[in-house]
Amino acid sequence: MAVRERLSGNEAVAYAIRQINPDVMPAFPITPSTEIPQYVANYIANGEIDTEFIPVESEHSSMSATVGASAAGARALTATSSCGLALMWEELYVAASNRLPVVLALVNRALSGPININADHSDSMGARDSGWIQIYAESNQEAYDNFLQAYPIAEHKDVMLPVMICQDGFITSHGVENILLVEDDLVRNFVGEREPEHYLLNPQERLAVGPYAVSNYYMETKRGQRQAMINARRVILEVARRFEAMTGRKYGFFEEYRLEDAEYAVVIIGSAAGTCKAAIDQIRNTTGKKVGLLKIRVFRPFPEEEIGAALAHVKAVAILDRSEMFSATGGPLGAEVRAALYQAKCQAEAVNYLYGLGGRDITVEDFCQVYEKLEKIAAEHRITDMYEYIGLRSR
Amino acid sequence: MKNTMEIRWHGRGGQGAKTAALLLADVAFKAGKYVQGFPEYGPERMGAPITAYNRVSTEPVTVHSNIYDPDYVVVVDDGLLESTDVTHGLKESGAVIINTEKRKEELLPLLHGYKGAVYTLNAKAISLQALGKNYPNSPMLAAVVAVSGVMEQEEFLREMEASFRHKFAKKPEVIEGNMKALKLTFGEIAKSRYSSHEATVQLQKERKAG
Amino acid sequence: MRRLCSCRRRERQVEAMISERINENSPWQDITEGNQIYEAATSREFHTGEWRTSTPVWNQEKCKQCLLCTPVCPDSSIPVKDKQRMEFDYDHCKGCGICAKVCPFGAITMKEGK
Repeated sequence: MAVRERLSGNEAVAYAIRQINPDVMPAFPITPSTEIPQYVANYIANGEIDTEFIPVESEHSSMSATVGASAAGARALTATSSCGLALMWEELYVAASNRLPVVLALVNRALSGPININADHSDSMGARDSGWIQIYAESNQEAYDNFLQAYPIAEHKDVMLPVMICQDGFITSHGVENILLVEDDLVRNFVGEREPEHYLLNPQERLAVGPYAVSNYYMETKRGQRQAMINARRVILEVARRFEAMTGRKYGFFEEYRLEDAEYAVVIIGSAAGTCKAAIDQIRNTTGKKVGLLKIRVFRPFPEEEIGAALAHVKAVAILDRSEMFSATGGPLGAEVRAALYQAKCQAEAVNYLYGLGGRDITVEDFCQVYEKLEKIAAEHRITDMYEYIGLRSR
Repeated sequence: MKNTMEIRWHGRGGQGAKTAALLLADVAFKAGKYVQGFPEYGPERMGAPITAYNRVSTEPVTVHSNIYDPDYVVVVDDGLLESTDVTHGLKESGAVIINTEKRKEELLPLLHGYKGAVYTLNAKAISLQALGKNYPNSPMLAAVVAVSGVMEQEEFLREMEASFRHKFAKKPEVIEGNMKALKLTFGEIAKSRYSSHEATVQLQKERKAG
Repeated sequence: MRRLCSCRRRERQVEAMISERINENSPWQDITEGNQIYEAATSREFHTGEWRTSTPVWNQEKCKQCLLCTPVCPDSSIPVKDKQRMEFDYDHCKGCGICAKVCPFGAITMKEGK
């Protein structure tokens, strides 16, 4: 029997950490992720888990220590947000290229500047090329469920990659919602123990981690990382199936909400997907118009073929990005989804809108307007604004 | 969404409006509802105006936006009425509940012509009477439960008592005091209901007389 | 990853095995995860002495065995045994000349070439 609870997103992730009881957690506080190490420190102080907590002096150090602990053979993790992730940049690549299965609880927050503490995806989207698996949550429930699936994916022998479990700052991290928790013994059984094949603290084997590689080796190494990402596609789905067998909750690369017969679709990541669902129900109930949603859960590896197939039948699609990439032609999700549509030879009209930067709210009404625009675009076969900001003040 | 009640809280950093919203989420959750309780963060400063929100529903709630057309508004600090249009978007079928030591008539000009029900509560007086300290949260929470009918009063008292017993296991006097504050509030709030219109008429009468 | 040297002395069986499996011609499928090396002290196998363009020469007559040269060598190429320094390890000495600079007795001189 699942445990019925109400928790904030940060509480939910900390609860998952308690259930997993990892070996080492180095962390440095930054809003809005600070509560996660705070709660974990409480669990440790209360003797509920025996995780080694390392208070460090910066995020550069928290990720360095996480990398070191993982190389030593420990199950290691840390948590951060925004500029904290930016300060980890170098080590993000080190963790991925050294094939260390660490987990990062990321609470998405805008990057400076202007300095801002609220949700957007500029931090994790900037790190999308670092070689980490990235999994995003719509709700506290998903943040929790994704976290439980992180280590089984990361530590799989065909993967051995770090995993970033992302949720929207404040919106889910500080919002209390109903949640179903899995019992401790089921979690421990599901996540298991880390059994590293090679690790620095193994007295039976001499090992060097992170050696210099000249150009004769570098590309071959990168191709190896790419293979791990390819393998991760299979493993992510396998772990999701195991998770479903345990909880009944189904996960994949993305969620399709009333998309099957939809003529107009939104593609989005994160908490705003829930708001979009409410808009879809409202539109379908009041007008009968066929509107739907594709909510991306796994952004790395990117499920290009599957997205192309899922959107093949729609007339028009709006891809909504919660981060700028200043290509002056759209956001990162827009670029990749449009590439997927092109590869799938999809005929749908596609636009790329930006929303929610620095915590700007997006409402049911905003989504209704997006669907109205899509209907007009499909009818006229003409796009006037390929790339616009939702809720922007303008003269 | 039609089975969802939306509540907006106005307070100041450090006054406990966020805590009160989370408490309401807690107690409604225990009564079997789907809940959301979340703050809107601005500058993190003691005394800065803050807003917190609740959605309480019989169905799962997926919306993650702030609340713009609440059913109820709770104002934990009447000083905010000067600077904030607390009734903005508030449904006229709903109500605003204000913690104040002032007379209702004095506050009405600050409500921007809101035509729905207005309740006032001297949460400080109740808290001092029941607990000997100024903790306005418990009375305000009881007030919003009484006014909104989000759950049965009896059920609310039962859940709150269980929660206090858990939280203050070693301080029985605190449990008693808090429960007293809740019950006093239920009595007070029943007497406090007023529509703005009635209040305006009353005010005009007083002015004529005075 | 270390560069492989044809004149390398193979000290250990396991090392030889790895070296044979992974070299500059290895396909990507054979590169270890994270370029991990399942052996210790493999730098010994990397003969930096090949880079040398000038070479320190030790004059045993002038040497007082003060051992000032040993700790300053960046490549640990001045071996010490029974409190006495030995001949240079020319497999690894890069010819930087620090030892010659530090020697108070003129017992080390640099000569052009290997």
